[in-house]
Order: sequence, then structure tokens, then C-alpha cells
Amino acid sequence: MGEIKAMTGNTAAAVGAALSRPDVIAAYPITPQSSVVEYLSDLVHNGSIASTLVATESEHSAMSVLQGVASAGGRAFTATSSQGLAFMYEPYYQMSTMRLPMVMALVTREMISPCTVWGGQQDAMSVRDAGWIQLYAENNQEIMDMIIQGYLLSEHKDVLMPVNVCYDGFYLSHLVERVDIPEQSKVDAFLPAVSFDHVVLDPLRPMAVDSLTSGEVLMRYRMSHLEAMQKTLDVLEEVDEKFYAAFGRKYGGAIEEYRCEDAEFVILTIGAMTGTARDAVDYCRDNGTKVGLIKLRYTRPFPQQRLIKALAGKKGFAVIEKSVCYGWNTGPMYVETRSAVSETLSGLSHFSAIGGLGGADISLNHMISVIDTLQASLNTPGQKQTLWLVKE
Amino acid sequence: MKEIRLHGRGGQGVVKASQIVVKAAVGAGGYGQFIPFFGVERKGSPVFGFLRLDDKAIRRNMQVYEPDILLIFDDTLIELPSVYEGLKEDAVVIINSKKTIQQLNIPSQVREVAIVDATAISLDIFGKNIPNTAMLGAFAKVTGLVDKEILLDEIAAEFGEKNRTAALDGYNRVQSTQLK
Repeated sequence: MGEIKAMTGNTAAAVGAALSRPDVIAAYPITPQSSVVEYLSDLVHNGSIASTLVATESEHSAMSVLQGVASAGGRAFTATSSQGLAFMYEPYYQMSTMRLPMVMALVTREMISPCTVWGGQQDAMSVRDAGWIQLYAENNQEIMDMIIQGYLLSEHKDVLMPVNVCYDGFYLSHLVERVDIPEQSKVDAFLPAVSFDHVVLDPLRPMAVDSLTSGEVLMRYRMSHLEAMQKTLDVLEEVDEKFYAAFGRKYGGAIEEYRCEDAEFVILTIGAMTGTARDAVDYCRDNGTKVGLIKLRYTRPFPQQRLIKALAGKKGFAVIEKSVCYGWNTGPMYVETRSAVSETLSGLSHFSAIGGLGGADISLNHMISVIDTLQASLNTPGQKQTLWLVKE
Repeated sequence: MKEIRLHGRGGQGVVKASQIVVKAAVGAGGYGQFIPFFGVERKGSPVFGFLRLDDKAIRRNMQVYEPDILLIFDDTLIELPSVYEGLKEDAVVIINSKKTIQQLNIPSQVREVAIVDATAISLDIFGKNIPNTAMLGAFAKVTGLVDKEILLDEIAAEFGEKNRTAALDGYNRVQSTQLK
């Protein structure tokens, strides 16, 4: 066991990054991410870590710098949120389609307008089809652990894709709680220095990278990227097991099932709201309701097979989200979950629940209301009206 | 699990104080969680925060709607309906005030009221109104939820020795009254 300390989610992310020994950190501040890179810049300044810090003039430049770092075979880290991510989008997409590994903390926040700086998951969900691996943490321990796991996954030869460790702005980024910090020597053993089999950019051996490509060839890139995404589903489970062997903690891979075994129906959650949902499930179980919980940890790749298994034999599901899917009048992961179980969907009762936008609270009562609403609809299969978790 | 809601004004150190409580709880081998609520960030505007303490891991990630304990850093805030809202039966109110209990409109479910003039302590020691560490001393005395010595050490490490004195003053000067 390492040192136990109370810290914010942003500090946990920064410590996780520092333990992973990145060669270069490049970033631009934005709420609620800023203290991640402020903490790291202190560590660089006082000599605690050997990373090079590049304070860029924008997020677009931060990601562009890190593209160079990863192309040259280095380990890269940054963090951003919301409008910063939006401004980063061009090199962000290119990072994944050039199949460059790195880890970025995505401190999730609502998108403007109306003007807001508070929580939500709309920023991360909006870029779910940009070729990155995306995972969501429930608490500060998981943030730190998943940054470390993220590098091993990202740099795996069958993966070679950048990873977003997403966590709730304010509700985790500024929440203080107990975290067990892994020892540096154990992290070094778990996550060796980065090395690649493939050729890397070297100024002494000039080469062209990312040249103009015809559609026929480009399609092969996409096929290979999509196949690698599917392969990632296996690799992420292996990485989680390896982490467990090294540190004694594991998270269940792409999803975690909580009290699902004998459950009649389940709720699905993403990120920090999961803790509240666990309390709600326990409360309803105590009152005789056979409800379970699926924590959706990875959204990219989407864990279709595991969800099919987890939902087999259940009578219904509700997906609770802090983001919206325009055009569907639901949350985005609801659309994907129903798509994943489309073969058995007709027998199920299901709906989307949306809450926590712009920093709004998702309370225990909200969670219980989702469970009660779903239970009441079990005898009439089909999609029910979207439930908005507004103030009671 | 004890659920605590803090009410103060921007600049009074509500967030820093709560972080110290969590550090002290974790330092003593327990569990703590603090979620600050950020509104518009400016000096003087009402701010609040949500603190939980337990001897096992805390899972819920949400605001505190039914507090066991209220920690009020500024007694003018009690005019806001949201301050006394949702108090549990037998709740404890710890308030920075020069007023008497009768002047504080204490709701009927409150079991204990603890009054400390943390502003006077702060003005004496720092020459300005940053009552947070004096309030923490009062909190430690009234609730017994954090180890006094660990808390004082955390305060001194974070803010310096003068704040240890402020916390001790808060600890010694808080006046507690049982209403039930």
C-alpha cells in the first residue's frame, strides 16, 4: 500500500500523470481543469518530475505540440474541458487518426450556450466519434489509477490510440477525498518507459508523415482503426487485471456490474453519479426491489458484448446521463445501449434519464425516482418517455 | 455517516476549511468527502459546501439536502430560506455570531446550538474577517468528529501558527446550548 492522502480529483489526475513519467506536458488553462496542469507545473518547476512543460497559447497548440512528442516516440499528457476541447478539435481528431498514444484528462463540463462553466458530460460525449478511447471515472482513486492504466492501454501494440480519462467537473475535479497513492517503483514496474516497434519521427532521419492520401488507402486506415478499437475491448480487461495484480485494485474492465446477478431490471450510470446510484440501489434492495446497476466505464470502445450478457434475462433498463443526444430526445448512451441489445429489445421496458447538466445535482431521490419509474413500467415493454431529473 | 452543510460568503475560507477537515479525518484513518458548490466567484456572495465524514468509504456524490450539522460562517445568511432547509431531527447548528439563540430563528428540529464569535477572534488575530479556522476549532469541540490535535496540526501546516491560535480560541470560546 502506498501513501494515503486527501486530495481533489484534479490533484489525483496530476499525481497519476506524474507517476506515469510523461516526457512532455503541454497545456492551456480552462475551468475546471486548470489545477491539473498548475499542480504539474509546480512539480516540474521544483524538480520533482523530469518532464518538459510547454505552456502553449491555446488548446489547439497544446495538442499540436503533443502530436510532435508522440510522433517522436515520447510520452505525452494534457488536460482540458469543454470550450478548450472544442478549440482543440482539429489536432484532437488527428491525434487518434495518426494512431498516436497519449493520455488526456478530460474534466467534463457542459457546453455553451447559455453560458456556463459547470459540470456535465456533453463535451466528452460530443467527441465520442473522434477515434479516441474514452473512459469515465467514478471517484478520485479511479481517476489516478486510470491515468496510469491509460498509458499501458494506449501504448499497447494492438491499440496505439490516445485515451481520454473523463471525470466530472467540480463533482470530482474539486471534490476532496481519500486516495491511496501507488508507489513510484511499483508504477515503474507496471508501466515501463515507452518504446515502440514502429518507426518514429527523428530529425536526423527525415521522413514524410501524414501525406495527402487517396480515399482507397484512407479507408484502409479507418478499417484498421475500427478493428483496433474492437481489439481494445480485450486489451483493456487485461490491463485492468495486470493493475489488480500490481496494486490490488480493479474496476471490472469495460463495465462494472453491481448487484446485477439476481436483478429484475437495471440502471446504467456514467462517472461520479454512480456512487449515488449504488446508495439508491442498496436502499431499494432493502425495500424488496430487485434492481441492479451497470456502471458504463468505457464508452469507446462501446462494450456491446458485455452489455448483452449483463442485460440478458432482465426486464428493463434506464440509462442515466449528464448529456443530451440532439435528434433523439434522449441521452447518447441510451441510444447506444438500446442499439447494443437490439435483438432482445422488444421484450424490455427502457428509457433515457437526463440530469446533471450545467452542474445541476443528481440526488439520491433522483436515482430512486428512476428506479421507481422503471419498475412501474416493467409490464409494458417498449421505450418510455425521457425522464428529466430536475429539481424536486 | 455524518452529513454537514456549510454556509458562508466568498472570501471567508469555507472551501479551505472543509478541505482541512477531510485531511484531518483521513489523517486519523477515517473517510471524508467535501464538494464545494461554486456559484459566481466573487467576494461576499453566499457560498456553500457539502461535507461528509464516515468510518467507511463514502460513495454518494451529491449535495447535502438533510444535514446532521450546519456550519454557518455568517449569521446574516440565516435570512436565506436555503440555510436552515432540510435539517434532520436533532440537528446541530454551529454559527459564527454575536447574537443570542432567541435572535437566530432556530428551527424546532435542532437539538443543539453552538455560538462562537469567530469574526471577533479573526479580527483580533489577523485584523480581518477570515473566520474559518476559529469555526473549525468550534466544530471540533462541539461535534468531536475530528481529532483536535490532528486538526490543529493540519491547520498550522496549511495556514501557519496564527491560525492554530485562532482555532484554539474557537475551540475554547464556543458556547453550546442543548435545546432538547
